[in-house]
Amino acid sequence: MPIELYLNVALGGVLTGLVYGLMALGLSVIFGVVRVVNFAHGEMMTLAMYAAVMLFVYFKLDPLLLMLPIMAALFLFGYAMQTAVINPFITRPEHSQFILLVAIAIIMINSLLMFFGPNARNVLVDYAYDSYQIGPILLDKVRVIAALAALAVAAALFAFFRYAPTGKAIRACADNNRGALVVGLNVKRLYALTFGLGSACVGAAGCMMVLLVDVTPMLGPTYTLLAFVIVIVGGLGSMGGALLGGLLVGVSEALAGLVLTPSAKSMVTFALLILVLLLRPQGLLGRKA
Amino acid sequence: MSGPRRAAPGGRARVLLGLLLALLMLLPFVVNPYLLSVLTLILYLAYVGQAWNVMMGFAGQLSLGHSLYVGLGAYVSAALFVHYGVPPALGFLAAILVALVFGAAIGFLAFRFGVSGVYFALLTIAFAEFTRIGFDHFDWVGGSGGFFLKVAQRDYNDLVNLRGSPEMFYYLLLAMTAGCFLLCHRLMQSRIGFYWLAIREDQEAAQAVGIDVFRYKMLAVMLSAALASLAGVFTAFFNNNLFPFQIFGIEKSIEIILGPIIGGLGTLFGPILGAFVLTVLAEGLRGTMEALGVVLPGVKQVFYGICLLFVIMFLPHGIWPSLRRRLGLDSDGGR
Repeated sequence: MPIELYLNVALGGVLTGLVYGLMALGLSVIFGVVRVVNFAHGEMMTLAMYAAVMLFVYFKLDPLLLMLPIMAALFLFGYAMQTAVINPFITRPEHSQFILLVAIAIIMINSLLMFFGPNARNVLVDYAYDSYQIGPILLDKVRVIAALAALAVAAALFAFFRYAPTGKAIRACADNNRGALVVGLNVKRLYALTFGLGSACVGAAGCMMVLLVDVTPMLGPTYTLLAFVIVIVGGLGSMGGALLGGLLVGVSEALAGLVLTPSAKSMVTFALLILVLLLRPQGLLGRKA
Repeated sequence: MSGPRRAAPGGRARVLLGLLLALLMLLPFVVNPYLLSVLTLILYLAYVGQAWNVMMGFAGQLSLGHSLYVGLGAYVSAALFVHYGVPPALGFLAAILVALVFGAAIGFLAFRFGVSGVYFALLTIAFAEFTRIGFDHFDWVGGSGGFFLKVAQRDYNDLVNLRGSPEMFYYLLLAMTAGCFLLCHRLMQSRIGFYWLAIREDQEAAQAVGIDVFRYKMLAVMLSAALASLAGVFTAFFNNNLFPFQIFGIEKSIEIILGPIIGGLGTLFGPILGAFVLTVLAEGLRGTMEALGVVLPGVKQVFYGICLLFVIMFLPHGIWPSLRRRLGLDSDGGR
């Protein structure tokens, strides 16, 4: 019996972890190409979650249907932010970029606070309490749907970078910036595009996450930290690593919540991060330090 | 990080500094309690910013988890006082010791394993968060419910036990800030300061000319941690209450580093100026909002964020380097 309990909790962690992974994928893609650590990542996530909540409340649309318009909106947001604000900072030192993005994060958190207040909001779909039973294993329907959608978006992004000419161009920028400039790629535009794509990932992840947890404006910094941990564990700049990191963190969080107390679960996450940083600083799937 | 970076207090700068110190010593006699609390906050941020500046501004090691050392200093001195009656005049030594041990451990692990740049910054956040959650479950010091000191009697000032009036705390902090300023000034003129500069500008070149990079980076981290822990001792006895999320939180770490970066990284006067500008900005915004009758939560912080955004966009080296040029202090300093 306890084994089944652990298995159930771990599988729940896997499903949540895939959504985490998609969120972190956005951060990883942005860092891998633009080389800027997006310290406002979690805030963008909460922005998407609020968008999903509002559209759900006013138009009664399922967050799954909302995913595409919210992804598009976040894409534009990220594209504009990179073009207008972040681009001049690409050659600045890290602490400068950090303060810039912290400023953006402060503005975002408090704008959300102004418009929506401090109370938690959620989306209650009519299948919220459904679940699938496979033998002894019980899976929440919302978690399964969220995880599948996260996988689909991640797969689309992988395919884009692998096969689409623009995706290949972006990878060229990441591999050899000067080379990309020499062959005539519009690096600035590609950077903006990348930031947009990373933001769209967060948009999708936010739509999924809102099915699983309540959202408050103060959730932003928590998700920013979580996304960092995942990306570092998996390997900063590695796409597969972000998903793997998401899975690991999802499972370890879920199990830690069961074995220890739920409030101590992120301690295990940070312990995981410290271990990985010390033993394999480039992350599990990262290339060279 | 180009341009002249040190305000060597030669002639003119020394006079200005003396005037500032005299002004700060006289202010408590004329200001009301509210302004005194604002001044205390400014000095606090100036002190703790200076402590952080040793590590980042001088030696180029970006720590985003400095609230760790402040929090440790606060909890160690407060726990010794409450549980064993050890006065903070002794307890601060234990606070420094614990901060040194943590700083040394983090520095050792990071530098030996070659963790640097963004990764080092994230490692410092991870340690601070790890400790925060740990203290949330550390019942000996109250856990997440908070740890409280008996509220001070105000009839006499007791420096040994740090119980007394706001003025006493103000002057203590002024002395700490001045001491820290002098220490940093001395360090920048010393061999160690030049080694740090070399490491900050180009670690490989520094190593190539024979500087023991590991040793001097460790020294920067440990000194910075020890200085920050003293700020924690002050906080504990000034506020009389400690909550893990308040003292170890990432917001606190950000608050610590904003001053020096806005003021001017790696300069002696930058952290003080930055603390002044940011605190006056925050308090001014609050006053304006109250006067306008705006009660919406978040408005003040949005403006704060926008101001921060503009400063970092248009003054990449901070306010002090450009102000110093205007004041004509550059001829005094530099090398």
